[in-house]
Amino acid sequence: MSFSIKKQGEVVVVDVEGQLIVGNRQELKQKVLDELEKGEKKFLIDFSQTGYIDSSGLGVLVSLSKKIREQGGELRLANLNDDLQTLFELTKLDTLFQISDTRERALESF
Amino acid sequence: MADPHVAFDLEIPSDVEYIEGVVELARQRCRELKLSPTKCSLNVPVALSEALSNAILRGNGATGQQVRVRALVSDTDLVFEVVDEGPGFDLDQCTQDCTTEENLTKEEGRGLFLMRRLMDRVESFRNKGNVVRLTLHRE
Repeated sequence: MSFSIKKQGEVVVVDVEGQLIVGNRQELKQKVLDELEKGEKKFLIDFSQTGYIDSSGLGVLVSLSKKIREQGGELRLANLNDDLQTLFELTKLDTLFQISDTRERALESF
Repeated sequence: MADPHVAFDLEIPSDVEYIEGVVELARQRCRELKLSPTKCSLNVPVALSEALSNAILRGNGATGQQVRVRALVSDTDLVFEVVDEGPGFDLDQCTQDCTTEENLTKEEGRGLFLMRRLMDRVESFRNKGNVVRLTLHRE
C-alpha cells in the first residue's frame, strides 16, 4: 500500500495504491497536509488502484476535505469501483464529496 | 447439518500493522468458499478490519498484548470471532448513525455502523475476553 502524489496542471493528484486503512491513513493525511501547507488548493484523490477503505480511511477523507476547504481549496474524488461506491453510499459520504467516474472528468471539473 | 469447521485460528500482536494480513487471509477463504465478489472484496474486508481495529485500539488499548481471530465455516454461514483483552462494550449504545446531518462530517464513528451494515449479524459478549462475533450468510 502506498500513495503517490503528482501535479497535473493546478491539481495535486494522489493515487491510493492498495488499502486506505487505520494502518496508513496518517501517511495520506500528512502528505496532503504538506501540499496544503505549500499553498496548493486543488486536490484530487484517485482510487482506481485501491482495494478497500475502512472507517478510519473514510474519516481521514472527511477531515482532509474540511481542512482543505478551510484554506479555500477543494478536495475531489475519482474512480471509485462498485464496492467503494457502495461504501460511500452506505455512509452517505457520496453526498459530501464531488465524485467523478474518471480522473479526466474530475480534473476538468475544477 | 455438519458442525462448523475452523478456517483459521490466529493470535496476532495488538498492532494495527497486522490487520491487512489477517484480512487478506480472510479474503482468500472467502474466494475458496466461492462467496460473491462483493462479500469477498467489501463486506468481509471492511467489517473484519473494523472489528480488528476496535479490538486493538479500543478493546486492548495500550495494555492488551494479543488479539485472537477465528474464522468458522458452516453450511450456511461464515463467522469471524475477534477476541481482545478489554472490558467489552455495549454494541447498541456504541453504534451511532453516521449518516445523520450532525454526524456526517465527523471524522470518527463509522466503524460499528459499517460492521452492522455489512454483516448479517454482529454480537458482542464476554468469553475468556471480549468477543465480537461477525456472521455473514454464505448465500
